[in-house]
Amino acid sequence: MNLFALLKAFLVGGSLCLLGQLLIDRTKLTPARILVAYVVAGVVLGGLGLYQPLIDFAGAGATVPLTGFGALLAKGTREAIEEMGALGILSGGLTACAPGVAGAILLSLAAGLLSRSKDKP
Amino acid sequence: MALTPKDYQQMSQEASPPSNTLKNATMAFLFGGGFCALGQSLLELLLARGMERDEASALVSLSLILLSVLLTALGLYDRVARVAGAGTLVPITGFANAMSSSAIEFRSEGLILGLGAKMFSIAGPVLVYGISAAALYGVIYYFIL
Repeated sequence: MNLFALLKAFLVGGSLCLLGQLLIDRTKLTPARILVAYVVAGVVLGGLGLYQPLIDFAGAGATVPLTGFGALLAKGTREAIEEMGALGILSGGLTACAPGVAGAILLSLAAGLLSRSKDKP
Repeated sequence: MALTPKDYQQMSQEASPPSNTLKNATMAFLFGGGFCALGQSLLELLLARGMERDEASALVSLSLILLSVLLTALGLYDRVARVAGAGTLVPITGFANAMSSSAIEFRSEGLILGLGAKMFSIAGPVLVYGISAAALYGVIYYFIL
């Protein structure tokens, strides 16, 4: 196991979360707005080609935060356009994020069906 | 004893805990970094077994989503989130937690308009604006290419 890579992922991922916490504490942004802002920021940075260097540097430290989700949307769109032309504008983003989104939908459905909210604090 | 608003402000300031910005930021950093380091160790494990990077990366996301939904269903994710703040929100686990906790919470309002609809109360906007931004980028990329 490459400890240096782990450390880089920890530092970069942690910093992105720290920034999010500062936004919560210092501004009136709600968590939902922060999630939206992170994803859109990821699309913009990914589209400008600025996010890939961070992924190369920090690995999961850049892909696990939601900015990485946005960058994945941009990357998928770009690759789909190169592969199939204009149709890729619409198909690329959803295709790239499909495994994660479908997985989250299925697991959330299962969780909703199987667990009860009564014992929630 | 009559309280003027000024007195009241002073009293409430003395009674409320000191600003926790530093502590919150530290916790967010540690927990968020922890999730990413966990993802990284799994990523390296998969890469070492010869998996392609894109595929491995998707599998890491899925694993973290699974972990998050499990912790949410057990009622543990909320407890961690109270300490970790954005450290549990910003990683992909936060997205999965938003979906699964809404699904669990609104199950009682029915399967269609409860569980099915409310699952997207936070994840929906993320997908709407994320996918729209990506399509907009696609238009720009296609015509300026």
